[in-house]
Amino acid sequence: MPKDGHIGPATKRREDLRFLTGKGRYTDDINVRGQAYAQFLRSNVAHGRIRSLDTAAAESMPGVIRIFTGKDFEGIGGLPCGWQITDKHGQPMLEPGHPVLAQGKVRHVGDPIAVVVAETESQARDAVEAIELEIEELPAVIDMKAAVKDGAPLVHDDIGSNLCYDWGFVEENKAAVDAAFKTADHVTTLELVNQRLTANPMEPRVAVGDYDSSSEHHTLYTTSQNPHVIRLLMGAFVLGIPEHKLRVVAPDVGGGFGSKIFHYAEEAFVTFAAKAINRPVKWTSSRSEAFLSDAQGRDHVTKIQLALDKEGHFQALRTETFANMGAYLSTFAPSVPTWLHGTLMAGNYKTPLIYVNVKAVFTNTVPVDAYRGAGRPEATYQLERVIDKAAREMGIDPIALRRKNFITEFPYATPVAVEYDTGDYEATMAKLEEIADLKGFEARAAQSKKNGKLRGLGVNCYIEACGIAPSHLVGQLGARAGLYESATVRVNATGSLTVMTGSHSHGQGHETAFPQIVADMIGIDAGQIEIVHGDTANSPMGMGTYGSRSLAVGGSAIVRATNKIIDKAKKIAAHLLEASEADIELKDGKFTVAGTDKSVDWAGVTLAAYVPHNYPLESLEPGLEETAFYDPSNFTYPSGAYSCEVEVDPDTGKVTICSFAAADDFGNIVNPMIVDGQVHGGIGQGIGQALLENTVYDENGQLLSASFMDYAMPRASDVPFYTVDHSCQTPCTHNPLGVKGCGEAGAIGSPPAVVNAVVDALQRGGHDVTHIDMPLSPARVWAAMQK
Amino acid sequence: MYNFEFERPSTVEAAVAALKAEDSLALGGGQTLIPTLKQRLAAPAKLVSLAGIDALKFVKAEGGTLRIGGGTPHAVVAREAAKSFPALARLAGNIGDPAVRNKGTAGGSIANNDPSACYPSAVLACGATIVTNGREISADDFFQGMFETALEEGELITEVRFPIPQAANYQKFEQPASRFALTGVFVAKYADGVRVAVTGASGDGVFRWTEAEAALSANFSATAIAGLSVDPDGMIEDLHGSGAYRARLVKVLTGRAVSAAS
Repeated sequence: MPKDGHIGPATKRREDLRFLTGKGRYTDDINVRGQAYAQFLRSNVAHGRIRSLDTAAAESMPGVIRIFTGKDFEGIGGLPCGWQITDKHGQPMLEPGHPVLAQGKVRHVGDPIAVVVAETESQARDAVEAIELEIEELPAVIDMKAAVKDGAPLVHDDIGSNLCYDWGFVEENKAAVDAAFKTADHVTTLELVNQRLTANPMEPRVAVGDYDSSSEHHTLYTTSQNPHVIRLLMGAFVLGIPEHKLRVVAPDVGGGFGSKIFHYAEEAFVTFAAKAINRPVKWTSSRSEAFLSDAQGRDHVTKIQLALDKEGHFQALRTETFANMGAYLSTFAPSVPTWLHGTLMAGNYKTPLIYVNVKAVFTNTVPVDAYRGAGRPEATYQLERVIDKAAREMGIDPIALRRKNFITEFPYATPVAVEYDTGDYEATMAKLEEIADLKGFEARAAQSKKNGKLRGLGVNCYIEACGIAPSHLVGQLGARAGLYESATVRVNATGSLTVMTGSHSHGQGHETAFPQIVADMIGIDAGQIEIVHGDTANSPMGMGTYGSRSLAVGGSAIVRATNKIIDKAKKIAAHLLEASEADIELKDGKFTVAGTDKSVDWAGVTLAAYVPHNYPLESLEPGLEETAFYDPSNFTYPSGAYSCEVEVDPDTGKVTICSFAAADDFGNIVNPMIVDGQVHGGIGQGIGQALLENTVYDENGQLLSASFMDYAMPRASDVPFYTVDHSCQTPCTHNPLGVKGCGEAGAIGSPPAVVNAVVDALQRGGHDVTHIDMPLSPARVWAAMQK
Repeated sequence: MYNFEFERPSTVEAAVAALKAEDSLALGGGQTLIPTLKQRLAAPAKLVSLAGIDALKFVKAEGGTLRIGGGTPHAVVAREAAKSFPALARLAGNIGDPAVRNKGTAGGSIANNDPSACYPSAVLACGATIVTNGREISADDFFQGMFETALEEGELITEVRFPIPQAANYQKFEQPASRFALTGVFVAKYADGVRVAVTGASGDGVFRWTEAEAALSANFSATAIAGLSVDPDGMIEDLHGSGAYRARLVKVLTGRAVSAAS
């Protein structure tokens, strides 16, 4: 049995002690002496021209220090987009400006126009209300298909179109795909909406800017998943502050789900304003403000078609998707419907021909960007829904149809540009059948029927590309950044270790899992190891946490740095033991000369490194600290099979989830309890999308779901006890840990399982229903049953 | 939140006097008013908290009547009415979450008359009497449309008197986000007939479904309303359900309430 705290056991999360006892230190807990408070004046119309903006009365209000408007940001860089898509004609996407504060025009409800900085938050709010603003309201475009029609109002006049890009993937395959559809025995078509979601992390965004005029040093404290990325984007592209004069700190962060990856106007503002008024400036988002200013997720409208032969072999797949960008390009928005979506359209299946078309569209709504899964849930949902529909149309069991088309040989190069290194889709499906007791379904359905309920079973598979990302590959695909990760392992004189990582933990349990890796490698107690993250001042340049990358990429960097430490420690041990370095073995924290009883323990070596009285100074530097960077050679490809059983109340349309099972292949597992938790959370979010959550604008661009009174978050009572299993393990072949990542799987794999189950229940109840768009609210299900 | 004066009197008389000040508002449990203030959607000059008035906090079953003080929190009603009027106790015990139930009051909910609140349906279905500092108002006269009641400015609900029914039940179908009633139906059976009150569904607030009352008074069984239908006209249409859906729920929930009534 592996030791607790090493790789394998369900070691308890050490960070939970502070989170559960109220000792976490979040950005809003940071108060810098002398700080002032910022409050934003935001647009209350979706599209308009600022006719006049008079701050004179507001400036004379009590406590007001200064009011900033778009004028203060003239000539200053806008918020940059980190990814450039090339369209199907070989042209770069249209890339409009994204000002920190509105320059003459507002483009969504919530677009920031002016900021009051005052002595107190309340005074700042009072003054915001006293700003005299006149906006000429312009017609807004909300619906994507309307937005790309001739004559539609333009969100950005200067780029001349609302179509950001029209992407074809792989464009060269289009003719062959179309030809295959002409000769196919069966074609299944499905039109669906993957609705817009709001991430709603428990902690709203906060930013505190500080400036030291004597050293010209800026500090930004912010709720970020990737402080180094913010430092680079904001420093280099917005405010022109070199890295050595800018520190970005992201302390404890209360959930991100993607929404805290991006660089936001408020971060740039407080950094700018702190210097302008020579005082620290703090902004704390209200929940209402978060609904209007945090980047939102999903919002795809898709038509997917699957061509099959008589036996049900997939012949070809084509999709056309409209992807909402909102009013501006958020940091990674263009990559989500393209490279994080099109490349996953093969799923777990050997479909030989695939063509994906994506039209990204500007609308007068809050920007849309990555949200847990980012593109991969959209791909999985449409693929697994169309397969289910095809199975029902052809009278083939949905599980059997999937099995018939599984990829079974690895590595497998898909027709959509990625190569799966490992996987065993049959194994996860078989495991699912076992843990979900699928054989017993019919008996349970009969029991439900007796109780007056319609029971349904939904099953699906998923694959995702995680471990984001191989820099050489994403560079070719339009990424403007590398996506490696970094680690510094600092061994202290008495043998304890501090590991500085560029990954950022905002719920993932890095402070527990990462020490397990190092402890296992050296053979010492995990309690001797501490993780430091979230501060550009004390960790090497890293790319942060998203895309289920921390263990696969960040963990691999830690392995590399630790290997460097072990190599050097062996040299020191060889000197101390007067042996050859090649003969030194490290086991259980002890260096031994092979075949002898001569040994020195870990602390003996580390002490010698820092108190080098007996040390090979002529060949080795003192000290024991190493840094490593790891850039993956491929994505990782977690996969799995999920099932959901529901009961539908035929009188009201209310869906109750009776059970949910997940059989995942994450490769090797460091801490199974943390993996369980990640999967539970992901499934919960997926159930939220499937049944509850919906971000809705009216035709004028007013957000109707602007508070928790109307935006339905999943609660404990909405989800069942999950059955999860990750014993099917095909280790990743190209990273040193053999791990694949698990953070997004639950959110990717679960929505189609729920929808498939509801459709199954309704069809079993005699209703001719083939699809219902999410969320499957009682009202929507009931309406579908009335047709 | 804007600044305001704050008073916390200990008697009804003192509260009524305090509320004579211009732009003053009574603060019950604050479960609606405080969020409204935080969003700066209300700007009273003075708040008069009723929380310090002990005389407003009681639950008493006397003869066939359950008397609830206007300042009684939902949690207290849920606990103390459990034996005498279980349907009402269950209604109170399923409002919001524990924090809401420990702060929010019966009088506050009834005076606010939110079209999706639970309490108004019980008050109307039971033909309860609303007692204020100056008079007694029957439930049929009290509710006058969404957020509108017969209360005059500065008038306080001191007590609500519910005639305890022979059998009753409340069925709440929760709006998925707010967990208010997307539609809620309270059915109360008395010796002289059945009353059915619906919340959450109508744009005019809580109302009585009189056709169902007649049918159920003749035959207190879910089948008695099988042939009836509810007109979707005037029903609330929003993100969470159409008028037709709400009309459907009124019928389904009425049937369930009748079957579950005890």
